[in-house]
Amino acid sequence: MNAEQTAGVAVQSAPTQRQRLTLWYILRRWPILPVILIAILVTLGLGADWIAPNDPIDQSLPDRNARPLYQDDSPYLFGGDHVGRDVLSRVIHGARVSLSVMAVALSAGMLIGTGLGLWAGYAGGFVDEIIMRIVDIWMGFPFLLLALVAAIIFGASFNTIMVLMILVAWVSFPRNVRADVLVLKESNFVAFARISGASTTRILFRHIFPGTIGTITVISSLSVGNLILYEATLSFLGAGIPAPTPSWGNMVAEGRDYLQTAWWTSVIPGTALFLTVMALNFFGDWLRDRLDPRLRQLG
Amino acid sequence: MRRYLIRKLIFAIITLLAATMFVFGLSRMAGDPLLLFAKPGGYGMSPERVEQLSQKLGLDKPLVVQYLVWLGRVLTGDFGDTIVSETSVRKLIWERAAPTMQLAVASFILAILMGVPLGVISAVKRGSLSDYVSRTIALVGQAAPIFWVCIMAILLFAVTLDWLPVGTAGPDDVPFWTWAKFKYLVMPAFALGWGPAAALLRLTRSAMLEVLDSEYVTLARAKGTNYNIVIWKHAFRNAILQPLTTSAIVLASFVTGAVVVERIFAWPGVGQLMTDAVWNNDFPTLTSTVLVFTAIFVATNFLADMLYGVLNPVIRYD
Repeated sequence: MNAEQTAGVAVQSAPTQRQRLTLWYILRRWPILPVILIAILVTLGLGADWIAPNDPIDQSLPDRNARPLYQDDSPYLFGGDHVGRDVLSRVIHGARVSLSVMAVALSAGMLIGTGLGLWAGYAGGFVDEIIMRIVDIWMGFPFLLLALVAAIIFGASFNTIMVLMILVAWVSFPRNVRADVLVLKESNFVAFARISGASTTRILFRHIFPGTIGTITVISSLSVGNLILYEATLSFLGAGIPAPTPSWGNMVAEGRDYLQTAWWTSVIPGTALFLTVMALNFFGDWLRDRLDPRLRQLG
Repeated sequence: MRRYLIRKLIFAIITLLAATMFVFGLSRMAGDPLLLFAKPGGYGMSPERVEQLSQKLGLDKPLVVQYLVWLGRVLTGDFGDTIVSETSVRKLIWERAAPTMQLAVASFILAILMGVPLGVISAVKRGSLSDYVSRTIALVGQAAPIFWVCIMAILLFAVTLDWLPVGTAGPDDVPFWTWAKFKYLVMPAFALGWGPAAALLRLTRSAMLEVLDSEYVTLARAKGTNYNIVIWKHAFRNAILQPLTTSAIVLASFVTGAVVVERIFAWPGVGQLMTDAVWNNDFPTLTSTVLVFTAIFVATNFLADMLYGVLNPVIRYD
């Protein structure tokens, strides 16, 4: 406790050479733990097929609710779920599902959101007004609920949830990208580019767009955690990734009924989700403070 | 000021209309609405019956007219019947409203009682152990998925320690302020309130830090005023404004949170009605509950904007 107190004060005043070297100080200043966690997660997601010790959907009735840590002849490290599937393998494959849904939703959302932000900012006037009002209205939606309706109609599937996630992801981008564009388009280098006869497309993509990359990076890193949480919540409610495919959300939902007898089936995927979101949030905060403290209001 | 409010109101209404269009559009995409009347286990419908039903439901009219008719019915509170039991959805929602309200109010009170004092303490004793504890509470509360919190709470307090019951909203014949009933509320309210409490805590902390740094606080302290009085009378009163206005937005976050919490704790509220409808493919119930929740969400957001406008005269109204 004492070390923490001194370190806490040290950040506010200039750190001494000795404080610079304490583990606590380094961990506070650099997002080492989050980055390690994210690296592990990405490795697990990419290499799920090779890393997972067992098949994530292979049921084995004798190992129903098998206890973790190989207790009582259990074949699994993290125990088995209610139909005897390996929880560890399912968590690993769940990482892949979470990551791929998030990656697709984020990149598509980034593309759409950035495009609209650039367009609104550069065109101005009526186009700007329309796009920004759509963003306003979109932000006022409780999207999770509307996603429930959509999921029940189109059926819960990987594609449905992907589209729904894109619909959520894009909306964080336009407002801040537009704000950047409004500043950049008045700057001298844009005026020079225009005078030297550059086309609008060229100005937008060669001259203005690079100036918004910082903002885009920060917003992306701040929304990653939320997107993962979002997919998990939808899956938990039965409107996300459909049943046999492991996703952290549906694993928690399935294990919920066995909490008394087999807590590990839902606690382990839930904790994986919690740690992931926490790590991503930490990393996002750090990136924001480094790249663009002006965006502090977003966090 | 007035222009700002009117503008916000118009946008709230447009948002609501957009949500109804979205829901209506999806419901038409779901396929022939007449199929809803073909009950599982029934013998199908004769062509005359189909004709008669589609006239009764107005399906022979253009889509815009259908939408307006549907909207008119929704606005008057006629949500139709559920598919399975054919009871009125409005009645169902009405029955389930009270538990959801109890949950929301309890969580809101908890969020304020937890977030505001901890935020003040954490700002006043900046860098101390209590600051670290409060900030950890805030950090975990903001990152933890709500269903993870629920499951950990059940595991700890219901399964391991056996202190609190889960699975129902408790007996109906006792009032909710008695422990026999109240103990059922503790965990759901805590799970739902923690995230908002964390948000309030962070807001209160930064607002307090800013105010404590100002000159009139220094002056008050310099003239020898008791430090507690400076904190609570001088600083707190000015700092609390912004967190309080944001607390209305916090209320809006209960809308999605309640759906999850009610599902896990089998709390018999509107949120559970909604997720049950997802599992049962009960379309009318789902759309109506979603619309009710959307309306609440939009209304609270508007309320927050209004509060913000009234309490914060320096805000720009554009």
